[in-house]
Amino acid sequence: MSTPLVEMRDIQISFGGIKAVDHVSVDLYPGEVVGLLGHNGAGKSTLIKCLSGAYKADAGEIYVNGEKATINNPRDARSYHIETIYQTLALADNLDAASNLFLGRELVNKFGLVDDDAMEAETRKIMGRLNPNFQKFSAPVSALSGGQRQSVAIARAVYFNAKILIMDEPTAALGPHETQMVAELIDQLKSEGIGIFLIDHDVHQVKALCDRAAVMKNGELVGVVKVDEVTEDDILAMIILGKKPEHLT
Amino acid sequence: MMNFAKKLIKDLGVDTRLLGMIGALLLVWLLFQYVTDNPQIEGTPPWWNIYAKLIDGNFLSPRNLFNLSVQTASVAVMATGMVFVIVTRHIDLSVGSMLGLIGMIMGTLQLHILPQYLGLGHPAIWVITVAAGLGVGIAIGAFQGWLVGYLTIPAFIVTLGGYLIWRGAAWWVTSGQTVSPLDPVFKLLGGGAEGTLGANLSWLLGVVASLAALLMLYTSRRNKAAHGFTVKPVWAELALGGIVMLLIMGFAALMVAYPIPERAAIRIAEARGMEIPAEGISLAHGIAIPVVIVLAVAIVMTFIAKRTRFGRYIYATGGNPDAAELSGINTRWLTVKIFALMGALTAIASVIASARLGAVGNDLGTLDELRVIAAAVIGGTALSGGIGTIYGAIIGALIMQSLQSGMAMVGVDAPLQSIVVGAVLVEAVLIDIASRNHAIRPATILFHLIMAALLITFFVSWTWGLLVTVLALAVTYFWRIIWPRSALVLAILAIVQIAIGLLFQNGGA
Ligand SMILES: Nc1ncnc2c1ncn2[C@@H]1O[C@H](COP(=O)(O)OP(=O)(O)OP(=O)(O)O)[C@@H](O)[C@H]1O
Ligand SMILES: [Mg+2]
Repeated sequence: MSTPLVEMRDIQISFGGIKAVDHVSVDLYPGEVVGLLGHNGAGKSTLIKCLSGAYKADAGEIYVNGEKATINNPRDARSYHIETIYQTLALADNLDAASNLFLGRELVNKFGLVDDDAMEAETRKIMGRLNPNFQKFSAPVSALSGGQRQSVAIARAVYFNAKILIMDEPTAALGPHETQMVAELIDQLKSEGIGIFLIDHDVHQVKALCDRAAVMKNGELVGVVKVDEVTEDDILAMIILGKKPEHLT
Repeated sequence: MMNFAKKLIKDLGVDTRLLGMIGALLLVWLLFQYVTDNPQIEGTPPWWNIYAKLIDGNFLSPRNLFNLSVQTASVAVMATGMVFVIVTRHIDLSVGSMLGLIGMIMGTLQLHILPQYLGLGHPAIWVITVAAGLGVGIAIGAFQGWLVGYLTIPAFIVTLGGYLIWRGAAWWVTSGQTVSPLDPVFKLLGGGAEGTLGANLSWLLGVVASLAALLMLYTSRRNKAAHGFTVKPVWAELALGGIVMLLIMGFAALMVAYPIPERAAIRIAEARGMEIPAEGISLAHGIAIPVVIVLAVAIVMTFIAKRTRFGRYIYATGGNPDAAELSGINTRWLTVKIFALMGALTAIASVIASARLGAVGNDLGTLDELRVIAAAVIGGTALSGGIGTIYGAIIGALIMQSLQSGMAMVGVDAPLQSIVVGAVLVEAVLIDIASRNHAIRPATILFHLIMAALLITFFVSWTWGLLVTVLALAVTYFWRIIWPRSALVLAILAIVQIAIGLLFQNGGA
């Protein structure tokens, strides 16, 4: 097989004695969607935050396209074309959608000044693709509904031509139609060769969208399985019992 | 009528918050204009008196407005910086002491040190002094910012320490001695009779500012149209441009309408080598130099807030520090820059304040930190972070200074002045919260009813106060405003009022 887009090897991180992520290794190939599952507090968000630069792992290595990557902060991650939709969305509530979408990467005019009009125009374009009903372009995002906020966060991750996309429960606040649109978006990005880590509690959705599923329990990796080779019940058993299904061991 | 007004405001596209603040300022001004009239004329109808009082008042005279503009300058300059500090959820309690220390350093430099090397009255003295002041301000600010940003000590603590330290350090510079007299050119920056633009330059500044404002409106409209966004109707743009021009030119005209007293005018004319005609000379004050400084600071700071990445990151960090960090913003370095900017503005304010007094005493800038914070907060800056405007802080500073000057003019006792300013501060924030939530909470209404009753009890008589309490009871019952708890509160209030009445016999019976 080709070189993996991302390889996380032996990642460890603990918070004051609690091993939030304990010797976890996962990889991701171009055009692949890897689901990350596990009970609440299993360490899923913490693991991907090591990749997105929000945390620095205590130990372990990350390889991007086969080369060792040093990711010390979110800017480093962005330079490897890693984009993240955080579970908390990470939006500045007092700013409007466009300012949030371009936060840290503002469009500027020839004098180096922030160009709000240009950013709003771009935001209108991408939101038209992701959530055509969205109209509140001049309101602060605090005035948006949970789902609208989520679509702003998704737009931010998609806009900047990510090669590696991390989605931490991207559909948690979305209605059925919007969830469907995100599913279509994932399929489309996948066909463009983008690798996606998808954290999701909905086993059914994981089976429908993902190629492989990695299950975590108490900070440890239970196992990684191809979704075609297992049933939903197998995955549920992995999450709850922390054991790989017998026919695969 | 309401709908028409709403539509008008929407078409004009002006911020309702800005309108509210200007309204509050105008209210204060008209109030003082009304109470500072000359003795009223006998035998005229009451409505005529109101009109005459508003015309004859002393508060809105060119002279008083000139003084007001100069007195506001120093606090206004610092308040713009405090907006950024508070927006990022910090506070700076040290600005008053810093202003004092920087003033002391600048005073000593221009009076005791530089003349030794350059000779007294050397034209470069004021430049070096101001540059040194700015340097000290930036250094102190950056240091405090570093303690806050990198060592993560809460800004409240760092600057509370700074409040004590810099005040002590200011004393140290001259062992407490007042530094005076300051360099004559330096003193111009404080805006005395000589520190003004005069008539011609004031008009020129007005015209240039008007043209700049119109150009800005035009380019903004053109950019919006280029992206295909809906733009305001043309009449609205024209009306807005007209109003802005009128305000600018009106201000220039007012300042020009304030003449310099004859004797000072002659002195200035002689100093400038002008010929003095036999029938005497009349010179106008025009816009004061500190006001020009405030305008420049306001423009630069607004520009930073709206058009630079630095400004965008300030607001983003205030809105959600974690999100800012995750977006790759270096929030620690940002904190250093914000406090350094605050230091620079404090230095500018120190120049204005010391130059205005012509001397630097040990108490220069005392209590200024509170005035500055109050100005920013009255101007709509939220202590919870993320929200605040530069124009708001400046209007806030104007409201504070107007209250103080106005009350001094009317002869209100100093302690009562403090009480009023304090009450206005709390009230301003209350109104701000209500306007943000688009709903007035019942507790807010009850609070005001109680306050009204108490005020009337103290300043009119307890019987009228009691009447208001009974009315309040009826109002809260009728609209079920936290009824029946409000009944209990108002009942207690009534007992207090009766007790006051019986104990002090103030106007009852
Ligand atoms: N900043 C932090 N400080 C201390 N402990 C943390 C921190 N972040 C996470 N943890 C702990 O690490 C563990 C893993 O948390 P994590 O957020 O990764 O869980 P998760 O798998 O994403 O759960 P969920 O499904 O609820 O989102 C938990 O025990 C959590 O309490
Ligand atoms: Mg999580």
